[in-house]
Amino acid sequence: MKHAIAIFLIFSFIITSCGPTSSAAVTASDSQAAYIENKGSDTIVNLALAWAEKYQSDHPDIRISVTGGGSGTGIASLLNKTVDIANASRKIKAEELDQAKANGVDPVEHIIARDAIAVIVNPENPVNELTLQQISDIYSGKLTNWSEVGGEDRPIVRLSRETNSGTHVYFLETVLRLGSKEDKTLFSMDTLLLPSSEGIIAEVRQNPNAIGYDGLGYVPKDLKMIAIAKETGGAYVLPSIATVNDKTYAIARDLYMYTNGEPTGAVKDYLDWILSPEAQQIVADLGFVPALNPNPSP
Amino acid sequence: MEKSLTWREFIITRLIQTSGYSAILFVALIFFFLLREGLPALGEAKLSELFNIRWYPIENYFGILPLLTGSLIVTIGAGLIAVPFGIGTAVYISEIAPRWMREILKPLVELLGGLPSVVLGFLGILVLSPFIRVFLDLPTGLTALTGSILLGGIAVPTVVSVAEDALDAVPRAYREGAWALGATRWQTIWRVTLPAAKSGVLTAIMLGVGRAIGETMTVMMVTGNAPVLAIKLGSLFSPVRTMTATIAAEMGEVASGSTHYHVLFFIGMVLFLISLGVNIAASSVVFRAKKRAERILS
Repeated sequence: MKHAIAIFLIFSFIITSCGPTSSAAVTASDSQAAYIENKGSDTIVNLALAWAEKYQSDHPDIRISVTGGGSGTGIASLLNKTVDIANASRKIKAEELDQAKANGVDPVEHIIARDAIAVIVNPENPVNELTLQQISDIYSGKLTNWSEVGGEDRPIVRLSRETNSGTHVYFLETVLRLGSKEDKTLFSMDTLLLPSSEGIIAEVRQNPNAIGYDGLGYVPKDLKMIAIAKETGGAYVLPSIATVNDKTYAIARDLYMYTNGEPTGAVKDYLDWILSPEAQQIVADLGFVPALNPNPSP
Repeated sequence: MEKSLTWREFIITRLIQTSGYSAILFVALIFFFLLREGLPALGEAKLSELFNIRWYPIENYFGILPLLTGSLIVTIGAGLIAVPFGIGTAVYISEIAPRWMREILKPLVELLGGLPSVVLGFLGILVLSPFIRVFLDLPTGLTALTGSILLGGIAVPTVVSVAEDALDAVPRAYREGAWALGATRWQTIWRVTLPAAKSGVLTAIMLGVGRAIGETMTVMMVTGNAPVLAIKLGSLFSPVRTMTATIAAEMGEVASGSTHYHVLFFIGMVLFLISLGVNIAASSVVFRAKKRAERILS
């Protein structure tokens, strides 16, 4: 991922420096509109790169530079007015809003896509639904047999992505620790850490003992997704674009872009395009959930 | 005329000399680099932390014992498979097989050696690991054993081709002498040919083990990568995480200069020292054997 960013940076630098006549002319006539600086969440960076690439090929006069670094980095840059758009996989925090007020920045939130994680098992496994607490207990090693959650007498084989994956960290925070900051629960030591989504899918496909998780968009049709209840006694909800968008599915989050004030000019055109069906198709292609209701902010 | 010849001679000798020394230079440079990047780990993480049983780098658990034992158990398993198989095949090709059979077998074994390890990894995920899970009735087929079998397969061609060359180099007179004394074919192989080719056969084993311990891709795909301490016999049948797979999986995303980064290089250093140890042990055995042979002959 870092390589992709680096390559992109170099690439965009080369383009901007090597095309003096056209870009200089545009910058001169319409200074901040032609160049969009976009920075933030590593979860979103691939999506943002894909968007920027497509948008630039359709609008050769617009230059978009995309960098990662994390949601915090992106928002901090927005508050320092060094970027036009900050990407964040979380909402802006209260202290960041205070900081914004002090700097005379007015962050405006745009939901640009959603990210949901599906918990998957082999179709032979009779278990259809679990609570978040049960999934947490399975992954932390408290539950070790499927019979403890209403399944057959089989050992549970836990599959996870490698620790450097953003999905791993999100799953750890949202599911294992149930969103609690103080909770220091870790994955059970014998959790299999597989280097790719494909590795998890291949193992779940052939092993009825396995439980795994993956981005909703990556789950193939022949695997069974688990319906998840947020608490004991709650309704079990299967992940889908509809349940992610109406917030009934538990392991999902919104992905945001923040701008300073209501966007204008090229930034507004770009954000409008991001919520168009064409750009939202890229969202689906990359395994995220398209944001159905456009821009909720006033 | 004569002068130009000596000049040419001089240049050619120097060129050959340089390429000979360059190997030493490269090894020294690599070792220096490993030391420079790996030793800071000792300052940043305490020794008791490094030799701990929990590996979870994103929460600052840097225990490398599970990785060390994981690598050892997979390598020992691979050795147990590759050495008898490899030497058996070499003996068959060199001593027993008729000429036409040898013409077929040798290229085939070399072809096996040329198989990319990622292809073997795929075979492992799709064929071998499901088979092992069902056949041995294990929770999952992604185990140390699966890795050992595939690594054994990878090491066999190396062992065969080196050992076969060594056996071929044993003078025919040795065998004829043994036969003349009334030794059976098996006695000749076991008591005469193999001991005579001992140093070559040991080199073959050493190269095979070296190939196994350094192999990354296959191991990462089929051993499950769970950082569990592998010290029981049963560990062979459960998932393990090796040092090479850890470096390969985590190096791409680690922040350069962080503790995690230094610890990964420290693991590389440990790997380097292990293969150095294997080399030194094997060559000292070979050296001692040679000395003894010289004593007997003189």
